[in-house]
Amino acid sequence: MLDRRCETIEVALDGIQDGASIMVSGFGDAGRPNYLLKGMIDKGVKDLHVISNNAGNGFTGLAMLFRLGMISKLTCSFPRGDLGAEITRWVREGSLTVEVNPQGTMAERIRAAGCGIPAFYTPTAYGTKLAEGKETREFNGVGYVLETALHADYALVHADKADRWGNLTYKNLSRNFSPLMAMAADVSIIEADEIVELGALEPNTIVTPGVCVNRLIQCRPVAENEWGVAA
Amino acid sequence: MKPLTREAIAARLAQDIDDGWHVNLGIGMPEQVANFLPEGRDILLHSENGILGMGPTPPEGEEDESLVNAGKKPITMLSGASIFDHAMSFGIIRGGHLELCCLGGYQVAQNGDLANWSRDNDDPIASVGGAMDLAVGAQRIWVIMQHNSKDGAARLLETCDMPLTGMGCVKRVYTDLAVIDVTKDGFLVTEMIDGMTAEELQARTGAKLRFADGCGTMPDLTKAA
Repeated sequence: MLDRRCETIEVALDGIQDGASIMVSGFGDAGRPNYLLKGMIDKGVKDLHVISNNAGNGFTGLAMLFRLGMISKLTCSFPRGDLGAEITRWVREGSLTVEVNPQGTMAERIRAAGCGIPAFYTPTAYGTKLAEGKETREFNGVGYVLETALHADYALVHADKADRWGNLTYKNLSRNFSPLMAMAADVSIIEADEIVELGALEPNTIVTPGVCVNRLIQCRPVAENEWGVAA
Repeated sequence: MKPLTREAIAARLAQDIDDGWHVNLGIGMPEQVANFLPEGRDILLHSENGILGMGPTPPEGEEDESLVNAGKKPITMLSGASIFDHAMSFGIIRGGHLELCCLGGYQVAQNGDLANWSRDNDDPIASVGGAMDLAVGAQRIWVIMQHNSKDGAARLLETCDMPLTGMGCVKRVYTDLAVIDVTKDGFLVTEMIDGMTAEELQARTGAKLRFADGCGTMPDLTKAA
């Protein structure tokens, strides 16, 4: 029987080791997999390479993984936020490496990884410092930059509804990077607000088919005071 | 002579958006444009986090964490809105499907080069977001910005000295002093605010200006309203 549901968060996050590359869904707070991120904190892994559009805010979610020193590299489009001053300091001290991608380039790199495309040419960033050192080529008189697929060991993804096969739907703008990341990692781990019976999801509304999902867990909201206080 | 307010620049720009256009409004000054869209036109606002048909800010207490714009501020959905993932959203941008993107700017060069993402070449966490994709992708880029920086420095220049967002992408600039097209022959002023002279505008600009035949007055539409 095909059942991707995990009994506990420990099972859902099993095998993630120090040094792993981890995609984290979400744009701001929309679609952020907070239950899985809390599980990562409890697991206590470190030296992570996180791939996520933003670095997070405040003392919750992804920002807490930074504050706890679990992350050594960040690939993102927008590291600035209310963690900006700290991130600048960590980069200057050498404890964190930040790779900034244009947002659409990052999304397409993740999409490419999930779709078996090793690299692609994009007009974005041509002639700018984000294209420095990258291969470029002209097509029909327009300059393009060669970008490579962005793959990860694990993806932590938030979904709205799921069934035990891993078919997923998303709510509003929580969709953002989720469908792309679910396809682009060796192991995709999905937290869903609701796990429904097989057949309860209308096939035409399924955004991510279960074949792209490895593990599934029912999530719950993480309260502010569960994140702990950073030193 | 009184420079236009940020709202008045946005209101002036909004008049030039055609019925049926799909428009991305960048973070900052461009967001204001949404408050001045002319009535009677179907103008669909795109936000790069995956929506066409973005509606106004919800009433207090009715915010939904899953409904935010590119600046992570709460939004609503209009009837007829559509939702899509990030790859689709940037496919819409890069694929030239948006008639207009309105961006803020630090500097614009006479060849249309835009600098709007990083003031400092040594910033270790310069944050680009979607600006570079928008700069190359939309059918036209209009920049909305103050004509001069706070210390009076020119921001319309022969060449940008800040890091570029995109090359040769800007088609028009709306400032607190003028409306200026970027043509193959450089900056062409089409409107100036009441009381502005060609000489003074030129003095406040770091590249040669040409003035259109029948260069008109840039109105303050927030006053007329």
